Amino acid sequence: MTTQTSGTQGWQLALAWGFVGIPLIWGVSQTIANALKLFQ
Amino acid sequence: MTMTAAQAGASGGISGFLDPSRTIAKPGFNRWMVPPAALCIHLCIGQAYAFSVFNLPMTKLLGVSKSAPGDWSIPELGWIFSIAIFVLGFSAAIFGRWVEEGGPRKAMFTSALCWAGGFLISAIGVYVHNIWVVYFGYGLVGGIGLGLGYISPVSTLIKWFPDRPGMATGMAIMGFGGAAFIASPLSVWLMSIFSTSTHIGVGETFVVLGAIYFVFMMVGAFIVRLPAPGWKPEGYVPPVQASRLITNSDVYVYDALKTPQFWCIWIVLCINVTAGIGVIGQASAMSQEMFPGHITVIAAAGFVGLMSLFNMLGRFFWASTSDYIGRKNTYFVFMVLGFAMYCTVPYTGSVGSVAGFVLCFLVIISMYGGGFATVPAYLRDMFGTRYVGAIHGLLLTAWSMAGIFGPVLVNYIREYNITHGVPKAQAYNITMYIMAGLFVIGFIANFLIRAVNTRFHMKSDKALPIAAEAGREFGESLTRRPANA
Repeated sequence: MTTQTSGTQGWQLALAWGFVGIPLIWGVSQTIANALKLFQ
Repeated sequence: MTMTAAQAGASGGISGFLDPSRTIAKPGFNRWMVPPAALCIHLCIGQAYAFSVFNLPMTKLLGVSKSAPGDWSIPELGWIFSIAIFVLGFSAAIFGRWVEEGGPRKAMFTSALCWAGGFLISAIGVYVHNIWVVYFGYGLVGGIGLGLGYISPVSTLIKWFPDRPGMATGMAIMGFGGAAFIASPLSVWLMSIFSTSTHIGVGETFVVLGAIYFVFMMVGAFIVRLPAPGWKPEGYVPPVQASRLITNSDVYVYDALKTPQFWCIWIVLCINVTAGIGVIGQASAMSQEMFPGHITVIAAAGFVGLMSLFNMLGRFFWASTSDYIGRKNTYFVFMVLGFAMYCTVPYTGSVGSVAGFVLCFLVIISMYGGGFATVPAYLRDMFGTRYVGAIHGLLLTAWSMAGIFGPVLVNYIREYNITHGVPKAQAYNITMYIMAGLFVIGFIANFLIRAVNTRFHMKSDKALPIAAEAGREFGESLTRRPANA
């Protein structure tokens, strides 16, 4: 049995990762912007 | 006559959706769909780390502009988070076997109900202004959701990624560390929308957060799948003979408690968490007190944010690294580096090195997160995959204990030193050396870990998990019928 065949489409994978990744990247970018104040 | 898995899976309604047989992946399912499912859960329940954003607004629910008589105090509110973390550890321990045997979807669904329900009950507590309702809602009900949600994706990921178990669980548990990045600004934004000049919108924020988290967690429950029995990643050849510290056998959940290995790992995790959790809560004040005039309030907030970032990244980095250098060696690195860092912190304070101070704590906090993320794979190496989720649940009691030890060590020793005339800049030095000493104990406990005695290995299908049984039946049905059955 393989890990990737026609069963899961690429767009499904992108949608799933985007669903969790976009909020996380937004939150991390907010934090980095605040953390930069440490070095000002 | 018993119902077969296929029949059970065919049954409709919510019970059919939650049936373990429905979670068995069909051929062609991509295992990289499972980490997002796990992240859907951990990115929600990790909100607990951001609960402190509600503390100040909740002290002014009656007075609005400032605290009025009858408003809740910070110590009263502090118990909400403490109860939730305490219940997390014990619910994971109590329900671990149920999570393992009922399958990940049922556990994730229950976790979503409890977590969202906890927010809704807490909203009622805010409206009627009764702190006990909030303790019950967020602390107890939400805490159960935390415990179930924390452990539910772990063993599933380990089964999908036998070649990289550390990396897989690291990704999920990284979500728990990173959830505060989303929850904190989201909560502040929602409160700003619902607040007026005569009302603070904490209750409404709880309702909206509960609804958002329920939907998000249900997406995870919908996506998650268990591998069919016998499945293995393409090109992966399982080792025929177990290595010295990685078993091919399974240990029954309650038999694990009888092994010295479980308790050694418990001590190692407890010490690693103790060393980090006390600092997390006090990081802002500590940095300002150790470097008066150098680290401002704004800079300290940046330091706290940076620590959260390293807490999250450390979970993925160290757990992934453990796949290459081994779990025992990873914890040796934690103990040795932790010892060195804690011994160095007082020196950085004495020479006024802010960069050295920040660097030390970023390394320490990355290992704090790394300890959480690496431990499921350590348990899998020691006790096998079958009950790893349930054993992980039992191990999380170490977190509950560390949640008490860590803050006590940092806060009470600081208070003691200050009342005995020690300057604030040096008030943390003894605590740092005590933490370093704890790492020596952790090093010894880790050193004592050997392979589990074979007498603890399961000989037969003792207490065969329902999910595995259903999966086996499903797998057999695949061999009888076309692949799209």
